[in-house]
Amino acid sequence: MLRFLAGRLFQSVFILLGVTIITFGLLFLIPADPVRMIAGRSATPQTVESIRRQLGLDQPIPVQYVRYLANLARGDMGRSYVQKAPVNELIASRLPATLQLMGAAILIQLMIGLPAGIFASTRRNRPSDKAIMVFSFVGISAPQFVVGLLLIYVFAFKFELFPLGGYGGIGHVILPALTLGITVSGWYSRMSRSSMIEVLRQDYIRTARAKGVNEWRVVLVHALRNAILPIIAMIGIDIGLYAQGIVVVEAVFGWPGIGQLAWLAIQRVDIPIIMGVTLVAAVGIVVGNLCADIATSFIDPRVRHS
Amino acid sequence: MGEAWKRFKKDRVALVGAIIIATISLAAVFAPLIAPYDPFEQFFEGLTIEGAPRPPDGEFWLGTDLLGRDLFSRLLYGARTSLIIGIAANAAAVLIGTAFGATAGYVGGWVGIAIMRFTDLMMAFPALLLAIALAAILKPSLWIVALVIALVNWVQTARVIYTQTRALVEREFIEAARAAGAAWPRILMVHVLPHLVPHILVWATLGISVTVLLEATLSFLGIGVQPPTPSWGGIIFESQSYFLSAPWLVFFPGISILVVALAFNVVGDGLRDALDPTQRGRD
Amino acid sequence: MLRALIVATIMVAIGFAGAAVQAAPKQGGDMIVTYKDDISTLDPAIGYDWQNWSMIKSLFDGLMDYKPGTTELIPDLAESYTISDDGLTYTFKLRPGVKFHNGRALTSADIKYSIERSVNPATQSPGQGFFWQIAGFEEMTSGKAKELSGITTPDDSTVVIKLSQPDATFLQIVAINFAFAVPREEVEKYGPDFGRNPVGTGAFKMTEWTLGQRVVFERNADYFRKGSPYLDKITFEVGQDPSVALLRLKRGEVDVLGDPIPSANFLQEKADPANAGLIVEGDLLHTGYITMNTTKPPFDNKLVRQAVNMAVNKERVIKIVNGRASVASQPLPPAMPGYDNDYKGYSYDPAKAKQLLAEAGYAEGFETELYAMNTDPNPRIAQSIQQDLAAIGIKAEIKALAQATVIDAGGEGTAPMLWSGGMAWIADYPDPSNFYGPILGCGGAVPGGWNWAKYCNKEIDALAAKADGMASVDQAAARIELWRQIYNKIMDDAPWVPVMNEVRFAMHSARIGGDDIFFADPIHIPVHYEYVYAKDVQ
Repeated sequence: MLRFLAGRLFQSVFILLGVTIITFGLLFLIPADPVRMIAGRSATPQTVESIRRQLGLDQPIPVQYVRYLANLARGDMGRSYVQKAPVNELIASRLPATLQLMGAAILIQLMIGLPAGIFASTRRNRPSDKAIMVFSFVGISAPQFVVGLLLIYVFAFKFELFPLGGYGGIGHVILPALTLGITVSGWYSRMSRSSMIEVLRQDYIRTARAKGVNEWRVVLVHALRNAILPIIAMIGIDIGLYAQGIVVVEAVFGWPGIGQLAWLAIQRVDIPIIMGVTLVAAVGIVVGNLCADIATSFIDPRVRHS
Repeated sequence: MGEAWKRFKKDRVALVGAIIIATISLAAVFAPLIAPYDPFEQFFEGLTIEGAPRPPDGEFWLGTDLLGRDLFSRLLYGARTSLIIGIAANAAAVLIGTAFGATAGYVGGWVGIAIMRFTDLMMAFPALLLAIALAAILKPSLWIVALVIALVNWVQTARVIYTQTRALVEREFIEAARAAGAAWPRILMVHVLPHLVPHILVWATLGISVTVLLEATLSFLGIGVQPPTPSWGGIIFESQSYFLSAPWLVFFPGISILVVALAFNVVGDGLRDALDPTQRGRD
Repeated sequence: MLRALIVATIMVAIGFAGAAVQAAPKQGGDMIVTYKDDISTLDPAIGYDWQNWSMIKSLFDGLMDYKPGTTELIPDLAESYTISDDGLTYTFKLRPGVKFHNGRALTSADIKYSIERSVNPATQSPGQGFFWQIAGFEEMTSGKAKELSGITTPDDSTVVIKLSQPDATFLQIVAINFAFAVPREEVEKYGPDFGRNPVGTGAFKMTEWTLGQRVVFERNADYFRKGSPYLDKITFEVGQDPSVALLRLKRGEVDVLGDPIPSANFLQEKADPANAGLIVEGDLLHTGYITMNTTKPPFDNKLVRQAVNMAVNKERVIKIVNGRASVASQPLPPAMPGYDNDYKGYSYDPAKAKQLLAEAGYAEGFETELYAMNTDPNPRIAQSIQQDLAAIGIKAEIKALAQATVIDAGGEGTAPMLWSGGMAWIADYPDPSNFYGPILGCGGAVPGGWNWAKYCNKEIDALAAKADGMASVDQAAARIELWRQIYNKIMDDAPWVPVMNEVRFAMHSARIGGDDIFFADPIHIPVHYEYVYAKDVQ
């Protein structure tokens, strides 16, 4: 187990390193000059060059990359070109909002996706199963920005049940979390359904049924007990889906999280922030996957060797 | 294949999906004949005195957008954008994914490890951020947007094809071909690929819905297809500031995106069930 | 157009007549201002966006300032000043008893230090270039000198600044944020974080900054203008979506919308009688324009550029922004000295435009590209322009891109046409010269410069230099007249299509009082924080 863990960790570090290389390379291909954005419209060419020198942006890209890595190793992600504040602090100030949103969305995903998936697995290929699967496809197929805007229109504007957007109390988080949660729970219900079907095929379930145990007890106690861990582990894999949705949902709801931070930074080619946010998102995805792997390997030792 | 078609025909949900796709494709192809107005023309009377869009009425069936253009005509032409990008980008993604997946799966060794680690890396990349960065570099046009989406979306296909190829390589007929001295690209093309076709077909269909959604999202963020080319996501992007007073500008294109994505999803799912009955009901 | 100017002038007049009669408002109370984006920095040498510009002005002071609500210069930290006859030596006498927020008294050395700090390349100040006329500028920017030889401090209350050549705008330059006084000890203490720990001499001092949430200003009890400011406390809440902020404002939870009123709500709110007196209209020192690259065909042909000027339907663009702008005829906005009321510009005339194109040899039209920023409403405005151009045979492909990319394309001269919306020029100081140098002069027509038309007319450059050399007070009127002529000549060459002058509609709660002009001040955008007051403490 330990060896497996160490191996996966080692791999993760390499993946993250790769992410930084690709992001860094891409950012320097963007046809825009961050120095001119910093120097502003009244700057003379001399000012521009002197700022370029001081930021080290006149160095070859590999040199800049190595410097970035060296600073990163010390936990320093640099300072925002535009906001001047350290990237660590900027991300730290916005991460709670994003995590709150994701937490609430995961809760919704569990509340909708899990029961739907379990129920569908017991009604396999019957009309109710079909209906649930089609509905889960509706969730998957719905563009998040449309869901978000429609939720705002109906629940915030028409019925004034929730605020129109923004950050604050519980009321604020419900609509954006629903938007994220609905779309992701589509995947989730399908996944949990197939997981359950897998378990329901096992011999011990047949045995239990043969012994005349109540069908609901079979599903909810015997089967779910074995299916629950991989189902939970799937949340780890969903982090990638969330990383996508967060940019859109935060833009629609004016949610002050790291998605908004990244979006503004891209507009202004604020390279340190873009690097920082990409890295944080990648760490989230990698850790999520790692957790999922570990959880799965506990249940199924074969995973460790594949 | 005949067997598969029979099974597919029985799947009513998938059949409805296929009919929807056919209808929308026809509408897109014949848009110039169906559209009541030129989708690019900004009508003077399409805006109120204060510059607000007109609600749906007898003259403009689905109302006008914020520039006074006919929304219905723009939606019809927008179907072209969605379908062209959806199909082209996804075809490219499936092609890249199959090439990488099959090569990694068949050749194995260092090449295989390298390719699969690279897909791991791509999986860890926040895809939307990657697409945004690429769109900024490549100055979006219709085909560039398709390319960006393909570059982001090939990974899933690569992984599935890889797993399938690994399974195939163990089979006897491949062994036989190898023993007969066939070169590996030939084995891959002649013996492995045909067996992968069902999987490719399924992913090619399911993937279109992902692609359509991603195109809409990029356009919604203002980095998709360039205006004035109509695009469903783009219509919503342009109308967003007005949507509380003119919700139809979000509703109609939004429903269009949903319906197309949904149709491709159910057809893809139906295909999977039809082509591979052992996988029936699994994901 | 004329109307807009008259309105602005009347507003100024009423503002002052009214203020003179009324008793001064009582001090006390607080105000909440909302913004969508984070405040970037409050360092006067660095801050250069519309959001922090006015905030910095209320935390710091410079030698000169503007009479509130106007564009008229008055001494501020300086008590008085003299200009030598040759226009090269400015002597400022400092006001006694001015203290920084940390309690230390301001001396002439602080003024010298602060200006040098902005010029020092290590500061990376975007304002460095404004100080080009001070003797010793070249030596300091090239790193040969550690200070500006042109600034001397004979005693603690006197600052003498020598220029290398006369500059009529110099008093504007010492009123600009980049010349504001900062205490050296605090700058050195905080280093790069001074922007989040600002210490100045201004009417307010910053007492709290919670990143991503709020910034709090409190009244500076030691402020040198007794009785000012009126408010005890201003809280800036950031991360507030404008439509949410509007709703909160109507519920009485916030007082001032820092961001513009969202388009979706604008027409409705403006029409609502409940908002009478709460929505204030004011001219910004802003022009939105289309640049045409004058160095490359087909826009190297003056006739083509004039044709484009006649082809653009500006009224329609104004309609697209819901009337929150007025039609522009020239580069200068109406509120700017030097604006020519009599100049009518090119009127909308597609038939004439087509004729000019034919004359220029483009009877069949041509294909080109129009760059614009990719945030609403700019792509929409670009499409409206595109349709106008198509009407005279010009097929313009739209490139709606991120701000930084558009600025780069403009700077490198790769953009044949560029719509300036979202990146447009808002004046740094209210003087006609500010709309020339970087954006229309030869100096800005270099790679990376902000003269996106790459327009360089040597004759006009010479006239501009002449105008800025007219530094003595009795030449002021003649100078403004010269600038007026300069801009008319520029319009003959037509490197731009001036499209619109943005009008700001600010909204505040009924709880906050103050003359309308302070909610739409041409210098202090969006609010002149020092002159608004809370009605509930009156």
